[in-house]
Amino acid sequence: MASPSLILFYIAAALVLGGALGVALTRNIVYAAFALLAAMLGVAGVFLLMFAEFLALVQVLIYGGAVVIVVLFSLMLTRIQDFVRLTDHSQWPLAAVTAAVVFCLLVAAALTTGARTVERQGVGFFELGESLFTRWAVPFEVASLVLLVALIGSIVLVRTGGDGD
Amino acid sequence: MTLSQAVFYALGAAALLGFLSLVVLVLTWAERKALARIQMRMGPMRVGFHGALQPIADGIKLFTKEDILPSWADRRVYWLAPVAVFVPSLLLWVTLPLARDLVLRNLDMGLFYITAVSVLSVMGLIMAGWGSANKYAMLGGLRAAGQLVSYEIPFIMAILGVAMLAQSLDLRVVVDGQASYGYALVQPAGLFLFLTAGLAELGRTPFDIHHAESEVVGGPFVEYSGAHWAAFFLAEYLNTFTVAALTALLFLGGWGWPTMPLDGMAHSALSAAWLLAKAAAVVWLIFWIRGTFPRLRIDQLMSFGWKLLVPLSFLNIVATGVVLFYGLPLWTLTAVSLVLLAGTAYIVFKNPGTDMERDTVRVVPASELRRDAA
Repeated sequence: MASPSLILFYIAAALVLGGALGVALTRNIVYAAFALLAAMLGVAGVFLLMFAEFLALVQVLIYGGAVVIVVLFSLMLTRIQDFVRLTDHSQWPLAAVTAAVVFCLLVAAALTTGARTVERQGVGFFELGESLFTRWAVPFEVASLVLLVALIGSIVLVRTGGDGD
Repeated sequence: MTLSQAVFYALGAAALLGFLSLVVLVLTWAERKALARIQMRMGPMRVGFHGALQPIADGIKLFTKEDILPSWADRRVYWLAPVAVFVPSLLLWVTLPLARDLVLRNLDMGLFYITAVSVLSVMGLIMAGWGSANKYAMLGGLRAAGQLVSYEIPFIMAILGVAMLAQSLDLRVVVDGQASYGYALVQPAGLFLFLTAGLAELGRTPFDIHHAESEVVGGPFVEYSGAHWAAFFLAEYLNTFTVAALTALLFLGGWGWPTMPLDGMAHSALSAAWLLAKAAAVVWLIFWIRGTFPRLRIDQLMSFGWKLLVPLSFLNIVATGVVLFYGLPLWTLTAVSLVLLAGTAYIVFKNPGTDMERDTVRVVPASELRRDAA
C-alpha cells in the first residue's frame, strides 16, 4: 500500500513530465505555453511534497502566474504567420543531445551526493527572510540589479526613437 | 493523514462549497436590487418575495440552456477555461477564515498563499479569449491579462503593508493585531490601494474594460452560454465576496472588533456575523461604485495603475517600514498615509504635469449659433 504522499508525488511527477513532453512535442505554440503552465504547477507540487511551502508558492506566483502569462502575451501579440517554421522540429537532434547531456549530469549528481532520502525539514519562513536580507543581502541586491538592467534594456530595445514617443 | 482527518476535510470542503454557493446566489440578487435602488427602479419583483427566488430561476434557466460551441473554437481550451477561472477563486477559500476556528486549514503563509493563487485565474481568461476564436474575445482576454498583471503589484503591496504591521502572514495573527482598532485607521492609503486594486483585479466598474460591452462586446465570455457562462459569472461574484472578506479581515478588524465577549460555539457564530456584516458593507460599497462611476478608458486605466497606484504602494511600504523600524508611534503612519492619499487625490483631480486639454462638451444656446451665422 503506497502512502498518500507517494501517490501525490507520482501525480505531481506525471504533471511535470506530461507538461514538459507537451511543451516539446506539440506543434501548436499556444498549447505549448499551457503545457508549460502544467509543468510549472507540477514542480510547485513537488516542492510542496518536500515541505518547501515558500518555494512552492513562489513557483506558482512567478512561473505559473507571471512568466507563463508574459509568454502567452508575447505569443499572442506576435504575428504567428511570420514564424511558420517555428515549430517544425528541425532542431531536434541538437535538442536531443543537449537533453541527454543534462540528464546524464543530473543522474551523476544525484548518485554522487549520497543524499538519497530527503529529510522532512522545511526552512522556516522567518529564517528564510532573515538570511535573505542579512547573509545573502549582496546576491539579492545583485539579482534585483540584473532585473533592473533587463527592464531598462527592453525599454531601450523597443523604443523606436524620435522625440514624441 | 488519517481517515478521520480526510473525512473532516471532505465534509469541510463540501460545507464551504455550499456556503459559498449560497453567498453567490444572494450576491447576484443583492446586486440587482442595489443597482435598481440607485437607479430608482424596483429590480426583480416577480419570483418570490421581492424577487428573492430570482437567482434560483436564473440558475434553472442557465443550466437548461443550450451550450454552444463555436465551430472555429479550440474545443479543449474552450471547455477548460471556465474551470481554470473557477477553481483558483474557490481554492482561495481554503485558508480564508470566517472566524478563528471556522476555517478549512489555517496556513502560516496564508496571505502569501492568497496572492499566489489569485494570480492563476488570469490564465483562464486568456484561455477563454484565445479558445473562443473570436476577435472580441481575444481582445478581451489580452486586456484582462494586461490589466490583472498591472494591478497585481499594488494589490500585493497593499497586502504586504498589512503583513508588515501584523509581523505575520497568518490571517489569525493579522486579525489579533487589530483587536483594539482596524488597520484601516493606521493605513488609510493601504485600504484605498487594496480596494482600488481589488476592484481592478475583479474587473468591476470602473475597471471593467476587459468585458466592456460597448468596446469588446462581452470580452472573453462572448461565445459562452449556459452553464459554462454561469461558471465565469459565479467566479466573478465569488471573487467579489473574497475581496470584501479580505478587506474586512485585513483592514476592518476581522471578527475581533468591536467586541467579542463570548467563547466556544457562540464565539464562532458571533465572529462570523461580525465578519459577514463588514464584508456586506464592503460589497455594498462595490455595488455603489458600480452604480455611480463610468468606465475608464484603457489608457486611463494603465496610467492610473502604473503612474499612481504602483508608486503609492511603494511609498506606503517605505513609510510603514520607517515607522516600524524606528519604533515611531503608529499615528505618525496614519498622518503620512493621509498625506499620501491627499497627494493622490490632487494628482487625480488636478492632473498636473499633463498639457493635454480636457475633452469637454460646451452647451451653446441656439441664439448664439444664430448670431454667429448671421
